[in-house]
Amino acid sequence: MTQVLESYQTEDGRTIGDVVLDLKNITLRFGGVEAIKNISFNIRQGEIRAIIGPNGAGKSSMLNVISGFYTPQEGEVWFNGKPRAPLRPYQVARQGIARTFQNIALFEGMSVLDNVMTGRLNHMKSGMLSQAIWKGKAEREEIENRERVEHVIDFLEIQSIRKTPVGRLPYGLKKRVELARALAAEPNLLLLDEPMAGMNVEEKEDMSRFILDVNDEFGTTIALIEHDMGVVMDLSDRVVVMDYGRKIGDGTPDEVRSNQDVIDAYLGVSND
Amino acid sequence: MFYREAGDFKTSYQADNQTFPIAFDRYRYWFVLAVAYLVIPFMINDYWASAILVPFLIYSIAAIGLNILTGYGGQVSLGTGGFMAVGAYACYKLMTAFPDVSILIHVLLAGGITALVGAAFGLPSLRIKGFYLAVATLAAQFFLVWLFNKVAWFYNYSASGQINAPERTVIGIAVTGPNAPAWAQYMVCLVFVTASALIARNLTRGTIGRTWMAIRDMDIAAEIIGVNPLKAKLTAFAVSSFFVGISGALFFAVYLGAVEVGEAFGINKSFLVLFMVIIGGLGSIFGSFAGAAFLVVLPVALKVVGGDWLGWPTDMVAHLQLVIIGLLIMFFLIKEPHGLAQLWKLAKEKLRLWPFPY
Amino acid sequence: MSADFLYGVEVVINGLMSGVMYALVALGFVLIFKASGIFNFAQGVMALFSALTLVGIMEGQVPFAHLINAIFGTHIHNFGWEVPALLAIFLTVLVMVAFAWAVQKFLFRHLVGQEPIILFMATIGLAYFLEGIGDLMWGSEIRTLALGLPQGGARFIEDATAGLGGDDFYGFFIDKLDIVASIVAIILVASLVIFSQYTKHGRAMRAVADDHQAALSVGISLNFVWVLVWSLAGIVALVAGVMWGAKSGVQFSLSLIALKALPVLMLGGFTSIPGAIVGGLIIGVGEKLFEYLIGPMVGGATENWFAYVLALLFLVFRPQGLFGEKIIERV
Repeated sequence: MTQVLESYQTEDGRTIGDVVLDLKNITLRFGGVEAIKNISFNIRQGEIRAIIGPNGAGKSSMLNVISGFYTPQEGEVWFNGKPRAPLRPYQVARQGIARTFQNIALFEGMSVLDNVMTGRLNHMKSGMLSQAIWKGKAEREEIENRERVEHVIDFLEIQSIRKTPVGRLPYGLKKRVELARALAAEPNLLLLDEPMAGMNVEEKEDMSRFILDVNDEFGTTIALIEHDMGVVMDLSDRVVVMDYGRKIGDGTPDEVRSNQDVIDAYLGVSND
Repeated sequence: MFYREAGDFKTSYQADNQTFPIAFDRYRYWFVLAVAYLVIPFMINDYWASAILVPFLIYSIAAIGLNILTGYGGQVSLGTGGFMAVGAYACYKLMTAFPDVSILIHVLLAGGITALVGAAFGLPSLRIKGFYLAVATLAAQFFLVWLFNKVAWFYNYSASGQINAPERTVIGIAVTGPNAPAWAQYMVCLVFVTASALIARNLTRGTIGRTWMAIRDMDIAAEIIGVNPLKAKLTAFAVSSFFVGISGALFFAVYLGAVEVGEAFGINKSFLVLFMVIIGGLGSIFGSFAGAAFLVVLPVALKVVGGDWLGWPTDMVAHLQLVIIGLLIMFFLIKEPHGLAQLWKLAKEKLRLWPFPY
Repeated sequence: MSADFLYGVEVVINGLMSGVMYALVALGFVLIFKASGIFNFAQGVMALFSALTLVGIMEGQVPFAHLINAIFGTHIHNFGWEVPALLAIFLTVLVMVAFAWAVQKFLFRHLVGQEPIILFMATIGLAYFLEGIGDLMWGSEIRTLALGLPQGGARFIEDATAGLGGDDFYGFFIDKLDIVASIVAIILVASLVIFSQYTKHGRAMRAVADDHQAALSVGISLNFVWVLVWSLAGIVALVAGVMWGAKSGVQFSLSLIALKALPVLMLGGFTSIPGAIVGGLIIGVGEKLFEYLIGPMVGGATENWFAYVLALLFLVFRPQGLFGEKIIERV
């Protein structure tokens, strides 16, 4: 398979680069059920890529395949131009892929600060003995990483809740803390599973702004699942549409909007 | 009124990270240490040492250990008694095999050996979770006790099957054996407790502590954001067992002096330490001390009140003690699942605002 | 057939019998766990407590006699009557139902919605409490349970099988009590199944086990169902307590035997009644055979730990237990 090795400029002046993640003929089964059927698509450096589709289309399973939580029975995942061996999720995280979850998966017993600090895990290298004594490397490292984390906290405007236990926060803020945790890892590729589910219009606007800013300021590649069509069409550079585990559309928002299969899947089609 | 953080601005992340961010807490901490090191050793007598102070210190170490595993790591263990036995027997074997090496080193090594054993029994935690794991740790408890009972090598083929601590000295003063003065026993334990608490505090506030808590709160998410579950769980088991092993070694060598494994380290010991952690507070170093103090003092207090003052038969006092401990456990779980540590914290929050709460 | 082989068979049969006992205790766990998600550590102590209560009532003992004597300086011990066995059993059942109600009212009602591990620890507290109360009420010495159950080796089986293995074999030795226990266990399980399948309250119980919220929404009283399952578990505990008690005296070790029910549950799964039975049989046979074959080589008393280690190893290779389906994890 030949790869397209070009980069181009978007209308708003961002540079979309080479393919970062390439999914080739992925099939995922649970027992007899095929959750994903022979799907291929790619994600390019610097773009915002949306995955949409009705409930149960296999979108979250797709993200789980990317983050290594599920191992597909068939197909290959190419990352940074190389095929990726089956990895455990934490190994995937080490390669620079961070994500958020559909149902918030924060560490409820820990403070916001600790949650976000956990995101920097893969940047912290001090050994257990050093940490036990808490002098020298461990303390230095803690403070350096704390500075990075404070930067993210500033960026997402959650300074005031730094020391609050996550369990006490309202839903919208939890979503934001989760984004902060993922951002703290300084990922190359950020996966967002329904970042705006259950939010009101204002919260959605805030979240959209954060997503665009992340993409713009840090140049982070983003793949997101979202149900709100307006948001998807406004935010994303390219969209994949899934239905019943199959891919039924792929392209720019405009292309997807005019695709007959997509319209059928969303509006339903009569069978007479 | 003096208990405020107002005006106490932190200008560096280092200052913000310290254990006691409020100045008053820092002073109190130094005060407690000063009393423990400079006052108590001169006032201690045999009764206080053997009834309360030494067991309190030793159980504190065990409770810190179990709290790391259960409170921070989220893995319930019912094998604490078994792991304490490993520490005790490792210490015994080392003491008798290398009589010239300092007892302090033996205790540390006993902790290290227990850490290895604990990590080995922690391996199933990768596949087994929750209750299943709790029951699986019972395997460690029963198997280890059986092992030390049946394999004569562990007790140097002594006729009684017991192990006895020979006399060992630190800078010329006996700390084990029948001639050890109370204050020396107390000081040895105190040094180990102080070091254990500091290390535990440092570990739990740093990277490794965060990986433990991440696994505890949501293991799948933790793995996806980059926590290696194997490493997190095994280190939790190893570090926890290290402390438990040290406490077992001290319990045998310094406190009891002679040990029969089933009696000293049976399943009831596992429950006792677990209760200390629950009553004290899961996920709190202070709570480990509070829980240990509570459950060490309670039986003594009951014995004094029921046995000495009221003249009740001892077995009845023992039964009453079961009832009261059971009631307390249930009471705490209902009223305050985070234990004494949380009550203490709430009291401090109130105190911070006092006398103008609004 | 060689005598060694036949003795092996005898070990297996005896293992099956003690497996029935484990299964009985495990059954109590399963009942409560299914309906309320509570892992009831106190099940074993409930067996001890109910057996103590039965003995106490039968002998006409005054509850809390020691305590009363200690406080008021009196010397009462006995009412001076003896209660017939059937009436005493009935009264004990009443006590267990009252206990179930109290547990619900004073403990678990206040713990609704807590994490399972907190509930589990609460039952450990309950176990301590109940053990202490049992001792305070009825005293802590070993008691014999004189229900008139048949005991000793079953002669007719011994005679009938003596011819199987030549001169060295004297027939299978099987305790009559074990046979009775097995029959009682079968009746108990059958009536539990009938109760849960064919009665209104049984259906309510199953509905609650399936989904609390849904059960609430169709008008089932959770509180009632929980009291019901705790009562049933109390009755199962009584049966188990009577059987164990008749065998080895009513004493504290009874509650330790109940710990053995835990590996049984790990094998069979926490929610499966057939699992509890099969698991119990496997553990019973396994530990007897292991002790018979390997025990002499390693110093014996392997029954102390064999069950736990077996369950542990088993779970490492099959975390969902014997009858569970493969778990698909989601995020």
